[in-house]
Amino acid sequence: MASVERKFTLHVPSSTENLALIREFVTTVGSQAGMSDTDIGKLELAVDEACANVIEHAYGHDVSKEVIIRAIIEEDALRIEISDTGKGFDPATVPQPELDQLVAQRKSGGLGLRLIKNLMDEVQYEIVPGQKNELRMTKRIRKPDRN
Amino acid sequence: MPGLEKTNFSGYHRATFKEVEDVPNPFAIQTSTQAGISIITLEGFVDAHTAPQFEQAVQTETEAGRCRIIVDCAKLNYISSAGLGVFMSFIEEVREQGGDIKICGLSPKVRHTFEILGFQDLYDLLEDVPTAIQRFEAPVKEG
Repeated sequence: MASVERKFTLHVPSSTENLALIREFVTTVGSQAGMSDTDIGKLELAVDEACANVIEHAYGHDVSKEVIIRAIIEEDALRIEISDTGKGFDPATVPQPELDQLVAQRKSGGLGLRLIKNLMDEVQYEIVPGQKNELRMTKRIRKPDRN
Repeated sequence: MPGLEKTNFSGYHRATFKEVEDVPNPFAIQTSTQAGISIITLEGFVDAHTAPQFEQAVQTETEAGRCRIIVDCAKLNYISSAGLGVFMSFIEEVREQGGDIKICGLSPKVRHTFEILGFQDLYDLLEDVPTAIQRFEAPVKEG
């Protein structure tokens, strides 16, 4: 049987209140894609981190704005695209200090991008500030070990 | 999966705030005292939305000079970097005051999040509240 690409899209107002709903969406899609519970957990966290960044930094908690999450199930991978029209940033210029440095500086942030990179197999940003920013991430589908 | 019956994820879906209430395992936080140690119990999820309440709970303890704190995560099923940030931002202050924040009861999934970022090197991650209390009373010198 020929495989059919399956696409799902969620549009949510830019509020941290909706992060729980976003996590439900991606865990459901991850489950449909046949991912293991461990990989679904990684996907859930990566998408949460990315959307929290959009809500807090790109949109500055402006609830009239919209975060769009697209999930595309392919034969051997799940692709996630998160787009916004807010203030973009170049992730390459964002410093990513080690945990002990952040603790010494009493910082409460600075871990999100590091987590995303660690949790996903591929991460790409396309940033056009004020117009459209898109984060594209891929998680390869490794079927759960049934042994 | 509970909480999804009203939500059609096939194709376009516009979420409403009401539906968020249907998501299982909401956030809850409670503070108690045992043997002079503050125990903050987290339940459900700590993300960018609920982390400010966790931060407030820790701040209440530190401002009152109670710097021996255990965070009981036995009922916590999810944490994002916003929650981890609360542990990061207070630990220096409480240690300067001779206290500590000890973390216990982590599920394998939540523990994994802590470990990806190396929290196990800087924080005591312990089995349960009695073990954490014991660690305050009889600190282990390592190395």
